Formats: sequence, C-alpha cells, structure tokens
Amino acid sequence: MSYHTKTLAVAGAVAAAVSLGTTAATAGSHMEKCYGVALAGENDCKAGPGTTCAGSSTVDYQGNAFKAVPAGTCETMELPPMSDGTPRMGSLEPLERDLPG
Amino acid sequence: MSVDQTAFRAALLDPEAPVPAGLVDAAGAPAGKRFDVYRNNVAVSLTEALEVAFPVVRKLVGDDFFKAMAGVFLRRHPPTSPILALYGADFPRFLRGFKPAASLGYLPDVARLEQALRESFHAADAAPADAARLQALAPDALMRARLTLAPSLRVIRSPWPIHGIWTFNTTEGALQPPGEAQDVLITRTDYDPHPHLLPPGGADFVEALLKGDSFGAALGRAGAVARDFDLTATLGLLIGGEAITDIHTDEAPDDPLSATA
Repeated sequence: MSYHTKTLAVAGAVAAAVSLGTTAATAGSHMEKCYGVALAGENDCKAGPGTTCAGSSTVDYQGNAFKAVPAGTCETMELPPMSDGTPRMGSLEPLERDLPG
Repeated sequence: MSVDQTAFRAALLDPEAPVPAGLVDAAGAPAGKRFDVYRNNVAVSLTEALEVAFPVVRKLVGDDFFKAMAGVFLRRHPPTSPILALYGADFPRFLRGFKPAASLGYLPDVARLEQALRESFHAADAAPADAARLQALAPDALMRARLTLAPSLRVIRSPWPIHGIWTFNTTEGALQPPGEAQDVLITRTDYDPHPHLLPPGGADFVEALLKGDSFGAALGRAGAVARDFDLTATLGLLIGGEAITDIHTDEAPDDPLSATA
C-alpha cells in the first residue's frame, strides 16, 4: 500500500472511530460524582471491614487444614474445545499467542 | 506493663499463637478473650474485603474455597496500608503460586482484571479531549501526534478468554467464553469502569500510546502484531470510553517562535 493510500485509510478509520466513540460517549447520561456511595461493599461506603461484628465468635476462617477443591462456576462453565480438544475450563491449557514472526 | 507491638502483630495473624502476655482490660483483668475476638475480626474483615474486591474469582472457585484461600493470602500478605479499597494488589500474583487452584490457569488473570477495575474506579478524574480534533489534523500531523490517556485507563493482556469469563460470570444470559486469548481495555465513563474486549493488536496500540509513542509509531506496533489491526474499533473504544484526555500536536512548525520555545 502506498503511503498516500495508507494515510487515507487511517484518516477514514479515525473519522469512523470519532463518530463511533462520540455516539457511545453520549449514549449514557452524565452523572455527578456522589461521594460516599461508592461501589457496593468498598470500604468507603460502609463503616468498613474491621468494624463489623461478623467475627465476634472466636472461631475464624483459618484454613490450616485446607484441602478444598474449587467448586464454583469453573466446573459448570464449558467452552468450545480448545486446540488440544480439552472441553472444560477447569483443565484448559494457556493458548499460544500469535506473535509476529 | 505493656505488650510488644511485634509480638502483638505476629499473634494477630496466627490463630495458633498464644495471646500476647500483658494484655489487660480496664479493670486490670487478663483480656485474652478480647484479643481472640479482635484477631478473628482482622481475619474476617480482610476476607470480606477480598470477597467484595474479587467477586468473579469468588464465583469461579465457590464461597468455601475462596474463604479458605483468602485466609492463607491475608496471613501471607497483610495490608501495608490502612486503606482497604485496594487491598489485594498481591492477590493475582499469590494465585499464580497457589497450588490448590493450579488447575484453573486463568484465575490469576481474572484476578488481575478485577484488581484493575478497582484501580480504575479509584483513579484520578480527567476530562476527555475533543476527539474531533484528531479528525481535523493533517495526515502527517496526526501520525506525529501524541495522546495523553486517562489515569483510569488500564490494559490487561491474557492468553485466556478473560473478557468472556468475566462477562459470563457477571452478566445474566451471557454467552460461554470463546476459546481464545483476550486482551482487555478498561475505561471509565460516568465514574464506572467497564472492561472492553480489545481486537488483536489493540493492546499494543494503547500501550505504545501510554509509553508516549506517537500515533504513527503506535499504529506501526499494532500493525506488526496484527496485520489487519482494527484501528477504528480500538480508537472507538478510547474515544467512547472518554479515555483520551489530551492531544499534543507539533503544528505550525514553520513558526520560528514556537520552534525555539
């Protein structure tokens, strides 16, 4: 591709991105920052971890004898088979990235 | 009689350790039971902080496993700051070496994504630049332009489908994650961080811009990684995510005054 053709293509992509991005940016209404009501559970919106009485018993969560097996959605979340044919998330191997040669 | 702080702290993180000697209540009576309650609250509150911080990791491994795992983590990595909003920065690295979860290779990267969402949430505010200015630049000026990106922006690369896994576990009715490597761009609009899937080469483009490379140099890096790099999609995410906060150009190079300034 000639330099001229390439810059034209880039200019076209930039124009498309500006219109794409501007549409996305104006889609939601703009909010005001409301202090003190941050993400649910973050320590700035309740008195904070450490002030709860959750631990008023003396038996804590210590995991010394911890032999648990992960049992969340990793066991139910299925994927299309990967390159090695392994179908489940729990035993997938990392993918080889496509690196420039 | 006073208690040594080092002994106090050590006993705090080890439930098997004896209550430090010398702790007394207001009436001068031994206060061992109070210490046990306090010690327990430390573990429970840090566990809760991690549960709130890493909801997808928690969902992936289940509540019991997460609690046990958090118990190991918090004793190895107690907070270094009294601010708990970002407590858990070491959690992704911890997960990489955590044998019981070794079969879930993607877990550390999902944790990195969740930690990056928190960092983005707490990052400084910055007003977006007028993106139309990019369009108005002459091709050469555009290629030489340097962009300043918002402090709330984050890029997470992964050989796992982390965007798909995150979406599958946070959105009702989301599709199963595809079997592919995924890079994620986090942008923050209306004070809420959102993870977006980057096209191939997108992470290289954004990271080059973050490093201070010119628009043209960033484009070259992305193109070297992905021949069909989708500039429109990547730039569209940056603009739509209000992530471009300044556009630096060297226009008017003929002006001797600005050249020497």
